[in-house]
Amino acid sequence: MAEFLMPSLGADMETGTVTEWLVKPGDTIVRGEPIAVIDTDKATIEVESFHTGVVERLLVGLDERVPVGTPLAVISEKVAPAARHRAPAPPAQAPPAGAAPVPGPSPEHVPAMTPLIRRLAAERGLDPAAVHGTGPGGRVTRADLERATAGEPAGKPAAPSAAPQTRIQKTRIQKTRAQVPAPARIKASPLARRLAAELGVDLRTVTATGRTGAIRADDVRRTAAAPPAPTAAARARPRPGMRQAIARAMSRSKREIPHYYLTATTDLSAALTWLRERNRQLPVPRRILPAALLLKAAARAVAEVPQLNGFWRDDAFVPGEAVHLGVAISLRDGGLIAPALHDAANRDLADLMAAMKDLVGRARTGRLRGSEMTEATITVTNLGDQGVESVHGVIYPPQVALVGFGRISERPWAVGGLLGVRPLVTVTLAADHRASDGYTGGRFLTAVDRLLNHPEEL
Amino acid sequence: MTPQQATEIVQDALLQIAPEADLAALAPDTDFRDALELDSLDFLSYVEVLSETGGVRVDEDDYPKVSTIAGAAAFIAAAGPR
Repeated sequence: MAEFLMPSLGADMETGTVTEWLVKPGDTIVRGEPIAVIDTDKATIEVESFHTGVVERLLVGLDERVPVGTPLAVISEKVAPAARHRAPAPPAQAPPAGAAPVPGPSPEHVPAMTPLIRRLAAERGLDPAAVHGTGPGGRVTRADLERATAGEPAGKPAAPSAAPQTRIQKTRIQKTRAQVPAPARIKASPLARRLAAELGVDLRTVTATGRTGAIRADDVRRTAAAPPAPTAAARARPRPGMRQAIARAMSRSKREIPHYYLTATTDLSAALTWLRERNRQLPVPRRILPAALLLKAAARAVAEVPQLNGFWRDDAFVPGEAVHLGVAISLRDGGLIAPALHDAANRDLADLMAAMKDLVGRARTGRLRGSEMTEATITVTNLGDQGVESVHGVIYPPQVALVGFGRISERPWAVGGLLGVRPLVTVTLAADHRASDGYTGGRFLTAVDRLLNHPEEL
Repeated sequence: MTPQQATEIVQDALLQIAPEADLAALAPDTDFRDALELDSLDFLSYVEVLSETGGVRVDEDDYPKVSTIAGAAAFIAAAGPR
């Protein structure tokens, strides 16, 4: 007999809420299979079972917030032979007895969509699983919703390479646009609109600072951070605990971890030339971004310097068994999450790029897995898209290092006694001085530089 | 392909990536990577859609040309009739 407990999905998690059971009493569950969907302050996470056995009882109801460590279900270790090879939870299972009805099907069948689109779908009474996504990766777009609302058949799968089909799609979109009454238009950036919807901010209450008088995302964030107006008070903001969760983890880090910081500049000429050549020969969907190359270099370098890969626990360093690279992903509402890319050092570049796309997509619009939330052994943050030159990061405890990449920019650089203009990136390492010393950290930055100068080996 | 058709293809590609984009408020020669706050993954997704629906391969060297609505429309229109 084993108990499935509310897991700790990160140093900053104190409580969690079961929002969906993926099993019911009588089901056989195999270790590693998803058992429940849990909402934390930071994310919606699919949690895997640590046990193999038969689900005897579910102990907590849906939407009940409980502390980490609370027993959630009882799993007996006897396995009914017939049920041993249970298929993964089928969609739209009947909810467990006594539980509130579970809206929505199982995660495999929820099409990728942004929270805004999900909310619009809910408002229109649409079943997300029934909406056919025509966006990249099957993403559901607003046009898909409009089509579904108008009761039209779903568009063809997203391969509109033939011109006639494209025209048909467009006609449909225009037709459905005409059918949906347009709301009074407030000038705002699309991100600002998405954010406003997610944060429950009424755009009419936001002061615009954009050049053309348009509302920008920062304006929405400012309004959301301000004390809510009485009318907005009733609206729930998703994940109000996000900021507090980040605050707890970062305060603990700065309280407990004696950070040291190292910086090095790397010439990316070789890496970018190689990447451009490679991408030119590949179909667009298989194109690789420089960000993936940087992740790969960091993963390989940390595999060479294992003193930076792991955890500080009970006054000792515990090395990670593989390089599970935490990737810092901004959630655009000011939130931040750093799920793990498992075994990043041993995955080839194409695989890593695909995994990065998938991870970013799921962090922003879908679900992460429990193992992704807990198993990162080192974190990488890349603020290059933000135009930042360098990042001196705060280590995510109990990890012992954090790698930062700034913007890739053309700068003067001396090579062989001559001044030239090269694409450069500033790489930083923030490391825990209890677990390693500056000399060790320096070896890591040297390895990153060497690897990025031999991109064909990555 | 008429300029109008090319512009529609570009706008549809953008709407797939940023469904809430207010394209009417976006000047044809504005770099929408900034205006729509797209990161490099978002922009790559847009390029994927544009390559597919515009029927023209967009190489990385072409990125500056396709980061405004007018530029992208001219780029796919120049690729010839389909």
